[in-house]
Amino acid sequence: MKTATNSAIDRLKARAAEEGLLDVAYTTADSPFGPLLLAQTKRGLVRVGLPNQDQDGLLVDLADRVSPRVLEAPAQLDEVRRELDLYFEGKLDRFDLPLDWQLSGGFRQRVLRAINRIPYGQTRSYTEMARRAGNERAVRAAGTACGSNPIPLVVPCHRVLRTGGALGGYGGGLPMKQGLLELEGVLDGRSKT
Amino acid sequence: MTALPPFQTVLDEHSAAVMAILQGAVGRDGADDCFQETFLAALRAYPKLADASSLRGWLLTIAHRKAIDHHRARGRNPVPVAEVAEVAVEDGISEPDERLWAAVGALPPKQRAAVALRYGSDLPHNEIGAALGCSPEAARRNLHEGLKRLRKELA
Repeated sequence: MKTATNSAIDRLKARAAEEGLLDVAYTTADSPFGPLLLAQTKRGLVRVGLPNQDQDGLLVDLADRVSPRVLEAPAQLDEVRRELDLYFEGKLDRFDLPLDWQLSGGFRQRVLRAINRIPYGQTRSYTEMARRAGNERAVRAAGTACGSNPIPLVVPCHRVLRTGGALGGYGGGLPMKQGLLELEGVLDGRSKT
Repeated sequence: MTALPPFQTVLDEHSAAVMAILQGAVGRDGADDCFQETFLAALRAYPKLADASSLRGWLLTIAHRKAIDHHRARGRNPVPVAEVAEVAVEDGISEPDERLWAAVGALPPKQRAAVALRYGSDLPHNEIGAALGCSPEAARRNLHEGLKRLRKELA
């Protein structure tokens, strides 16, 4: 049942969007791995929260680091949800979404932008990502950059493995990383850690 | 300084109370518009809000101001009513008084709210107290002080 307050809130959010007051719009979306948190600014997708992450904590962090004007506004994220759904069905091999990189700076952002160019169904090593970001010796820092990726899935840090092919780490847990690589046809389902 | 929570949290925690107070202050028909104006104003000002410890009081202050704006605007526009009351209206009372609402708007927040809730929306003292988060006695006191001040202002 829609109360008067709920429909007033819906109208409020539409007006807030019209007046440019929606600094961070977010929603949750289902995935085969569990619920995702999707957040975007006027510039683009700024944060993807994976199922094992504390979504309330992520929203507080966004309020703190981006803007406190954080509102749940699912309609604003329709396109993001649509592309993610297609991706999980194996029907989309390249996201076409504007991204907002403001949550990562310097070397980390360079690593993440390099990761963003790894094609679907392929993998790279942490060493190669360090090299592409301009410092081949900063392998550990490249690993940290992957681990702190604010936009996982869309910026495909799951395609970065240890030299030799071991899975390495993943913010959403190793079973999810393995599942994503299986979805993309990289792994055949055998565990490889 | 307390960090500002995501505005969604503010909505979740306080929107029902704001709506209830506005419905009391301006009636169901006007409450939705006042609700929009209240939260849009709040959203505009939110990033610069210095003190996150009394968000409810902050929102209610904005809501009272919007309710008073509503009453003043309504003084200039006829209000749709279901039935026209068959009572004689004395001269001088039928005309909504610009000066009166301006004076109400200039009262300190609690007095202003008490006056608006009592005479704008006919709430009894205990409900005014509930809306303002104080005892019925404190609500009565605020109302009394507010009226005293209005009489002086408008004398």
